[in-house]
Parts: sequence; structure tokens; C-alpha cells
Amino acid sequence: MSGLIYLIPIALLLGLAGLAAFFWAMRSGQFEDMDGAGARILIEDE
Amino acid sequence: MTAHSTLSGEQLERTVFAVPGAHCAGCMGKIENGLGGLAGVESARLNLTARQLSVSHSKSLQIPDLIAAIEKIGFVAQPLTEAATAKQDGASRALLRATGVAGFAAMNIMLLSVSVWSGAEGAIRDLFHLLSGLIAIPTVAYSGQPFFRSAWGALKHGRTNMDVPISIGVLLVIALSLFEALTGGPHAYFDGAVMLLFFLLVGRVLDSVMRDRARDGVTALLKQTAPGALVIAEDGRSSWIRAEDLRPAMLMIVAAGERLAADGVVEAGSSSIDLSLLTGESAPRSATIADQVHAGTLNLAAPLHVRVTATGQDSSIAEIARLMGEAGQGKSRYVRIADRAARLYAPAVHTLAAASFVVWLMLGAGWHQSMLIAAAVLIITCPCALGLAVPAAQIVAAGSLMRAGVLVKDGSALERMAEVDRALFDKTGTLTLGRPELVNPRALGREDQSIALSLARSSRHPLAEAVRRALEAEGVTPAEIADVQELPGFGLTATFAGNPVSLARGEGTDGLTTYFHRNRLAPVRLHFEDRLRPDASEALARLGDLDIECSVASGDSAQSVASAIRGLGLTAQTGMRPEDKLELIARLGRSGRKVLMVGDGLNDGPALAAGHASMAPGSASDVGQNAADAVFLGDSLLPVAKAVTAARRTMRIVRQNFVIAIGYNAIAVPLAFAGKVTPLVAALAMSGSSLVVVANALRLRGAAR
Repeated sequence: MSGLIYLIPIALLLGLAGLAAFFWAMRSGQFEDMDGAGARILIEDE
Repeated sequence: MTAHSTLSGEQLERTVFAVPGAHCAGCMGKIENGLGGLAGVESARLNLTARQLSVSHSKSLQIPDLIAAIEKIGFVAQPLTEAATAKQDGASRALLRATGVAGFAAMNIMLLSVSVWSGAEGAIRDLFHLLSGLIAIPTVAYSGQPFFRSAWGALKHGRTNMDVPISIGVLLVIALSLFEALTGGPHAYFDGAVMLLFFLLVGRVLDSVMRDRARDGVTALLKQTAPGALVIAEDGRSSWIRAEDLRPAMLMIVAAGERLAADGVVEAGSSSIDLSLLTGESAPRSATIADQVHAGTLNLAAPLHVRVTATGQDSSIAEIARLMGEAGQGKSRYVRIADRAARLYAPAVHTLAAASFVVWLMLGAGWHQSMLIAAAVLIITCPCALGLAVPAAQIVAAGSLMRAGVLVKDGSALERMAEVDRALFDKTGTLTLGRPELVNPRALGREDQSIALSLARSSRHPLAEAVRRALEAEGVTPAEIADVQELPGFGLTATFAGNPVSLARGEGTDGLTTYFHRNRLAPVRLHFEDRLRPDASEALARLGDLDIECSVASGDSAQSVASAIRGLGLTAQTGMRPEDKLELIARLGRSGRKVLMVGDGLNDGPALAAGHASMAPGSASDVGQNAADAVFLGDSLLPVAKAVTAARRTMRIVRQNFVIAIGYNAIAVPLAFAGKVTPLVAALAMSGSSLVVVANALRLRGAAR
């Protein structure tokens, strides 16, 4: 049971990390152009 | 990805273009690399979802140059105004953030809840309940805001909507669960409350994504009446000025085939003006020195020098805008089906919860246990599936319609469209294509056709383009001609095998005929006409099958309406001003009819705003497209019938979803009433019913076929 002392904070931190990643992705405009992002890897650089 | 040219220290300008033709990675690469290589362009980036191209360029590079450059790459581009490009999706982002928070919180609380459900007891259970509460309370405070705000807004005006029972339910359940957690009670419903918020927010996000997508689609189409004009300064130099920067007393040159960007008075030149977008009249009107000309009208024949008298909000469009403001009020009073359901549902839910509390209290259970049972009833009846029932169905249907070429602006538009039982059509540009089409291409001999095609290809005049379209459709190959010249007000001349040839306006005829001359042979008269849209009669027949009575309301003269709609079997009212159309819709409305208005011009704007539902073609004026509930693309009129059919199917699915959601309540409520619903059962029931409702909505994927 003493394992809970570590496991619960770890679980919560992981959740928070996921949330932070989601916010970061949104702020850096990754949801602006959902169709274009997929197509962009096919463009050849000149 | 984007090439960078060095433009150190120079002032940069950002212009956004709508590029409706861009649809794949290839287009993206071509446009971005092509523009990036252009001198004066700092960077170019295409947004494929919104079909918008954002270019940052030096001031010396003017908008027409950029349009020409994009055209050379093979795409049609329209510059967008600041207003159109201003990001209005703040609401959408706030909702997405709230959904993200609720989603992550729900997951973490569920993690803790699972161990409680599987039998954690004593101190551990209390600890987990407290931790859940610690996560849930800030989450509800943040993610619940959209609901609380809307519920408060409704209550303040003495009304109720779907958000009232949601807000009361969530707040009550959280308060009770907090009490349970603090006093070491066995049941806390934090998981249920947060999950409820999450599912409901998903519904809201879907609703808002649908509106954004349609708005982007419409923005990409907006044919700005005129993006700007070439202005001559006092020192004789000319420069391109955007419509919003035009000021009275400026002198603009309007080339043939260009739309006027502002109201004004002709100072030099004489031409004929196409007023169809403004009044619905199809016959062009002549304009010469000292004549008033209006923004949005098309200069057909020769270049004009126009002294600007009024711009933007002051122009002739302002009167139409005022009418539209008044006409739109009826529509804002429309109550969406979810809110109508909530009017019946909310009192029932609250009575039921209160009744269960009183009944258990009378049966001798303590007030604490009675409260808990009342909370279980609240959370079970909270319209989780009801909140998803409408937006899930509507977004699937709107997606299907979008693939079929109809952009629906929002969910309420679909609801209203399903109710219509009367349709009014404008003529010019709606029933007809709204552009001149060459009627008699065969009047020309084989060789003459080739010469005419070569001539027509070198001009952007509407009649020249009509000749080009018609001849290309005939499979004509262009001939070799030399010395092509466009003489404003006269036509096109060139030489073919050393002999002069021309496509020219005849003496004293109106703008819808052109003569083809070759050597000194007798000229061939080419006749133009605004044709009916293909499938017009089939679309009208389909609307008839849906029990929708159709007729025409046009601003044009009786004679030209009669000749245009011959064979469609429609009755028509003609010579109608915008006010007359409004009055007609109001009269039909008073006799209980729900009118679908289909129109395109500025003059249809008020009627589009007043109709119970309205549609505009993609070729419509921006006023028309903004006022309409839905915009259909392409030449065919069939999408109008398809949209009504799909809207009706959507409402059928929505009603089924209501039945499913309420049916689930009918089973779950007695259990909750009997005190048998634990947090585990509540969580299972809630997600189960939401999934069923979403799955049912997915059946609409082919709704627009």
C-alpha cells in the first residue's frame, strides 16, 4: 500500500503532462490546418 | 518549405487570398514554392482546410500582381478583406480547451474511481474521494463555464434552456459529493459529474467545428463585390487601392469586365453597366458622363473614369443592410429543438429529483440518504445523451452535405430547412446561371469558330469569356492569329492570314450581342442569353415531391422572367423591389407558411435574411452569401432539393435520438428512484447512451446522396 504514495502523484503528473502537451499543441497552431498538416509531408523542398 | 528572398529593412505587408481551387499537397507545393520564388515575396503559406493563402510581401508588390502570379501557377485567387480574415474562432478554441481539461480530469478521476468500485475501503476510499474532489472542483469551475454562462443568461430573461438542468445538476452533484467525501461517505459522484461535462462539451465542440468549417468554406467563396480599384492620383500616377481604403473624391479607372468598388459619378467614358447583382434586372443599362453608378455593379463595355462619392458602409448597399438588419430579427427568435425539448424536460427532471427527495424522507430515510438518492436521479436524468443527440446528427449531415457541395452555416439552419413548405426563387443568378452564355456558336463556320476562339481567349470581358466557354465546349481548336488588340468600347481585333478579323460590339445594340467580322464579309451576329441552371426542372420536381410549393420572385421585368422560366411550370411575381420581397415573405409567414428563400443578389439580401430558411448559390454576391443559411456550389440547382431532403432526414434521426435518450431515462430513473444506482451504474449508463446516440447519428453519412 505504501507504493500508492509514489504511484498516485506519478499518475496525476502524467495526466497533467498530457494536458500541458495538448495546450502547447493548440497554442502553437497545430490544429489550425488539419488537412494541410497531413499533406505537407508530401511536398518536396526545393 | 517556403523560399525566402532577402528583403532587409523593407516594410512588409500581409495579404490573405481565398484560393478555392487548392485541394492537395501538389497544389500546396506549387503555390508556396511558386510564390516564394517571386521577387518581393517574403513568405507564402497555404492553409488547406480554410483554402486560404497568406502572403507576406513588400509594399511595392501590388495585389493585382500577386493575383496574376497565382493565376500563372494555375489557380484563381480572391483577396480577402481584413474583416473576413479576422479570426473569429476564439469561441471554438475556448470550448476545445474546456473539453481538453474535462477529458483529462475525467480520465484521472476514473482512475481513482475504478479502485473504489473494485472495493477499496476505509481510509484509502476517503483519500481517493478527496483526491477526486480536488481534481473535479477546479475542472467544473473551468470547464463548466460555457454552461453556467448560458444558463444564467437564459434565467436572467426568465427563460430556460438545456443548460439550466445541466448546471443545476452538476453543481448539486458536486456539492453533495464533496460533503460525502469530507464525511467519509460510501458514494461520491465526481466521476459522473466530470464525465457528463466532458460528453456535453464534445457535443458543443462538434457544433462549433461545424459552424467554423462552413464559415471558412463561405469565406473562401466570397466574391468580394470588388476588392479594390485602380486610382489616379493628382500627379497622374495610378496605383491599386483596396476597397476599404477608397475615399470620396478619388478618381478610379474601372476597366471593362471589372466590378465597381465604390459608388460614384462617371467623369469620362461611356459604357453599359450590368445591374443584375444589385437589382435583379438582366438588361444592362447605359452609363455616360455625369451618370450615377453603384458599387457592386459590373462595367461591361468600356473603361470608365469614376469620381468616388460614397464608399463601404455609406454606399448604396447601406440601405439594403438596414433592411436586412430588420428582416433578420424574426430568425433570431427561432428556438432550437434542443432548447424546446429542454423547456419540457427541465421542469420534469427537477420535479422528479425533488419528488424522490420528499418521498424518501417521508418513508423515513434520513435527509442525507434522501439527498443522495435525489442526486442520483439528477445525474441519471441529466441530458447527457440529449446534449449529444442534436449536434452529433447535425454535424454528420452537414459533413455529408458539404461533400455534395452544400455548405450549411449552422445546426439551426438545418432544423429550419427541414420545416419549410414553400420555396421562393430569385431568377437572375439563381434559377439561371447569372452569366451570359453564347446561344448560337454554330452560326460561325468551322474556321471562323477557331478564329473567334483565339480572339475571345485574349480578353476577360464577360462576353468574350462566354464565347470562349461555348467554343471550347464545342471542341474547337484555336487558330493562329496575330496583332491581337483589345479596343475598349469596341471589341477585339487581330489579323488572320493577313486579313483583319474582329469580335465587336454592333452599332446601337445592347450589351448582349456581338458581331464577328472577317475581311469584308457580312458580319455574323452572336447572341447571348442567361441560361437556366442545368437540372433546374428536376430540382423543382423533387421539391414538389417534398410537398414544397415553388414560385419565382424577381426584380426583373415580366417579359424577361417569362422567357427565362418558360417550361418550368412556375408562377412568378416580377418587378419586385427588396421591400416587396420582404412583404411577400411576411404575408406567406402570416398565413402559416414556412418559406425557403433561394436568391443571390444584393437585392435578395433582406429576403434571404427574412426567409424561414435561405440558400444562395456559390456565385452569389457576398451580401447574399452572408445572409443565407446555406450556400450551394456549382452550376446545378439539385443541391437545393438535396439539402431539404437531408435536413428532413436529420430531423428524423434527431427525433429518434431523443426517443433513445428518453427511453434510457425511462429505464434508469425508476432504478435511481429506488436508490439502486451507484456511481458505477451511473457512469456505465451515461457513456452507453451517449455511444448509442452517436452511432445512430452516423447513419446520416450518406444523407445528401
